[in-house]
Amino acid sequence: MQQYEYTNKIYYDHFVLPFTIGLVVLLGYLCVKYYKWIKSFPKEERKKIRKGLFSFKTIRSGWEIFRESLLHHNIFKTNPMLGYMHMTFAFGWFLLIVVGKIESMVYHTSAFNPPYFAIFFRYFHPAKETFPHSEFFAFLMDLILTFLLIGILLAVTKRFCSRIFGMKKTTKQRAYDLLILTVLWLIFPVRFLAESFTSGLNGGGSFLTHNAGNFFSGFLPLESLSYPAWWLYSSLLGLFFLLLPFSRYMHIPTEMVYIFLKNWGVKQGKEYNGFSEIQVNSCSRCGICINTCQLNTSCNINDTQPVYFFRRLRNHEEYAQQAEDCLMCGRCENSCPVGINLNAIRQSKRPDILRVTKDTYAYVPQPEVKPAKVAYFAGCMSHLTPGIIKSMLQIFEKTKADYTFIDEKAGVCCGRPLALSGNWKAAQVVMDKNLQMIDASQADILVTSCPICYKTFKEDYLLNIKVMHHTEYIDMLIREGKLKVNALDLKTVFHNPCELGRGCGVVEAPESVLKQVSQKIPTVYDGKKSLCCGGSLANTVIDATQKTKISSDTVKAYAAYQPDIIVTACPLCKKTLGKTSLEIPVKDIAELVAEA
Amino acid sequence: MAKVIIIGGGPAGCEAAHQLANQGIDVELVEKNNETGGNLNNWYQLFPDRKSAKDLNDILKQNLNHPKIQLHLGMEPRKIEKNKEGKFLVPLSDGSLLEGDSLLISTGFKIFDARRKEEYGYGIYENVITSVELENMFYNHSIQMVNGNTPKRIGIIHCVGSRDEKVCNYHCSKLCCITGVKQAIELRELLPDTEIFCFYMDMRMFGPGYEEMYREAQEKYNIKFVRGRLSEAAENLNKQLQIKVEDTLVGKPLRMTLDMMILLVGMESSEGSRQMADTLGLNLAPNGFIKSQDPHYRNNNTNVEGVFVAGCGSAPMNLTDTLADARSAAMSIMEYIKRI
Repeated sequence: MQQYEYTNKIYYDHFVLPFTIGLVVLLGYLCVKYYKWIKSFPKEERKKIRKGLFSFKTIRSGWEIFRESLLHHNIFKTNPMLGYMHMTFAFGWFLLIVVGKIESMVYHTSAFNPPYFAIFFRYFHPAKETFPHSEFFAFLMDLILTFLLIGILLAVTKRFCSRIFGMKKTTKQRAYDLLILTVLWLIFPVRFLAESFTSGLNGGGSFLTHNAGNFFSGFLPLESLSYPAWWLYSSLLGLFFLLLPFSRYMHIPTEMVYIFLKNWGVKQGKEYNGFSEIQVNSCSRCGICINTCQLNTSCNINDTQPVYFFRRLRNHEEYAQQAEDCLMCGRCENSCPVGINLNAIRQSKRPDILRVTKDTYAYVPQPEVKPAKVAYFAGCMSHLTPGIIKSMLQIFEKTKADYTFIDEKAGVCCGRPLALSGNWKAAQVVMDKNLQMIDASQADILVTSCPICYKTFKEDYLLNIKVMHHTEYIDMLIREGKLKVNALDLKTVFHNPCELGRGCGVVEAPESVLKQVSQKIPTVYDGKKSLCCGGSLANTVIDATQKTKISSDTVKAYAAYQPDIIVTACPLCKKTLGKTSLEIPVKDIAELVAEA
Repeated sequence: MAKVIIIGGGPAGCEAAHQLANQGIDVELVEKNNETGGNLNNWYQLFPDRKSAKDLNDILKQNLNHPKIQLHLGMEPRKIEKNKEGKFLVPLSDGSLLEGDSLLISTGFKIFDARRKEEYGYGIYENVITSVELENMFYNHSIQMVNGNTPKRIGIIHCVGSRDEKVCNYHCSKLCCITGVKQAIELRELLPDTEIFCFYMDMRMFGPGYEEMYREAQEKYNIKFVRGRLSEAAENLNKQLQIKVEDTLVGKPLRMTLDMMILLVGMESSEGSRQMADTLGLNLAPNGFIKSQDPHYRNNNTNVEGVFVAGCGSAPMNLTDTLADARSAAMSIMEYIKRI
């Protein structure tokens, strides 16, 4: 047993080796890994890093890292208990390292001491020797440790009883994850024991470790326990560092890298690349996506949510079905505390296998398009809901718009359903056909009734004219005074379509229009929190019965507000909700405007 | 003497009442409308023999003039109870209370609301009508577009609201196919120069004489049958319908302009059947119709002892089967009454 002697500033004992080796290996591994991932970015994305590095964006990233990686502000917003648990862990550990480092520097009066010195400070620091504010530091360190121990208590509770946290399901773990989880849970209790034992032997510590030390000395042989406890503490830390890159805790360093990259403007493209890998590894498996997923809540499907899909990607397990089994409604993405591009990554994992050539659609005649200022593209789903088209034509006529209905007689699909299934090459063929039609219209504005078309027109067509969903167009007409509407005596709820609200961020325009033509009841599903109607074209795995179940659950959720009408702004949502909503009519916002 | 309460005075309820009364049973027949006959009142001619629906309806009505049959027209049952003695207490909307030993549910079917199949434009395009509305036109011997013109090309659309998972109806309504054939022939008789198309996915000619009628429609009446489901319809400035169908036998998409489109609307479980199921705790099949205890041997029995079902309350049926089912239900009830 080593005695605490002031050995002329050489602080070393063999037990620091596991910690030090673990830390060095971890840092080396991370550097190589991140370098490899970033190297695989497309050129233009790498350019963004160089441009952003010395800009304000970097400072903003630092702030975001503090807010999200340490305080977990986003998780707090969704679930305060869960947020508190993550915060005690992350912020507590952070404070323990920072305050410990400051304490060691104050004691040592030098900025440079070995990294393990602060970590094992209580071992190396003779308790009788005081230094400026030493009691205050001891108090602070004990306080932070208490904070962390409470966090662990919460985590253990969550694992065994997730309902307390308002979570119906928590992430299922495999054996390896359970091993590292145990290691993580043990680190701080063991540190607590090591510090208490040392304090029990030699004094020192503050309210927690000092009192615990006195308590333990009453019945435990601290002489023979103290030194092994420090070995155990160091070994646990070292083991944790070695296991970390292959566990979910890889998210701790990776999320920080992701926040920098995100703020520098790096974007997830159509391809799965290093940036996707960084995002996949940034997933902390908090499990919030499981609870927002309607495949879980309506159909009890529990293997496809991003947390599980990403785990498959990370563990190199079979993922083909999970890649397809998703409505792409974006509810998970909207609630993801890390802000990962969940949909785009999943889409990049859907194989591009359809072989379509220009001749495939040769039988579709190229329609003659009359040039006008406004080109109206109803979309194929709107052709299945002629009520919407009729209303839009009435609105065009009423406002004496110079418009042309480009897909009235013949049209091809916008391409988004093909793209959603991963078939970008085939999508490009139909997109080219539509581009010719849009060009021929010589219009300044392209209006569409379908949010699915709208999203691809906006993001993939690279048009140099204004693209508007009809809710935005109607909103503009009302604002410009071209269209007068009266409020109907109807109570309505609004179902914002996935592709419109979450997909394209169109939230205010439909809300504003609906408030002017009816008495809109506010719901918890307003804006980007809307539900999926269940009719999504993106999921090719679930069957019609399961889709109907999602639809009827969604209708029930809206019906609870007792509206006269459920209003939406998408022909597909209208059809899907309409098939199960037999008592409450489902209408498109354009139909209400045409009536008002 | 034993008493049976029949809910629903369509063909099944009328026929069962008549059969039971002939066996000396007291019958209370409750009908929500002011006349009996149910959906039969909306029909002009019947397949396959083109007999007048009114004639059959009159026979069924006359049979009700029986001392053992008590009619309650314009009445609906309120919450039904089965007491400890096994008797059914049926309070009616006028406040009276019926008491019976057994209950027969003959609440029939409901016509599918074609508005739910929005892509076909019913309620949006003026020249889209249902097969029920066409019967009314036959009754008046006048087939006209809304603007008064005679249609030059008519399309009859099969399976509207049947065998269609998009409207959550997986079941086959059985008699729309033959109704379509019958109506096409009637149209041809009234409009010798009009082109008539039927768009179908399968032709299910299950009854005696049906297949022969289908062949005749093609050979003698020049009705054109196209195998393919209508995908969408649009209206042009002349209020004609521009339809898109796939001709699946040729394997090509098809466009066509029609002057008039007739939707062969399918059958769904009626509100009355659902209310009865709700108040009595009857099991429903996944398609919403009342579930029989056994599809072969006890097809008129329900899961509740003493409650029987006849006619389209349990499944889509043509008139022949409905009347046979009513007689079968009457026998099952007799058996039950003797046992108690």
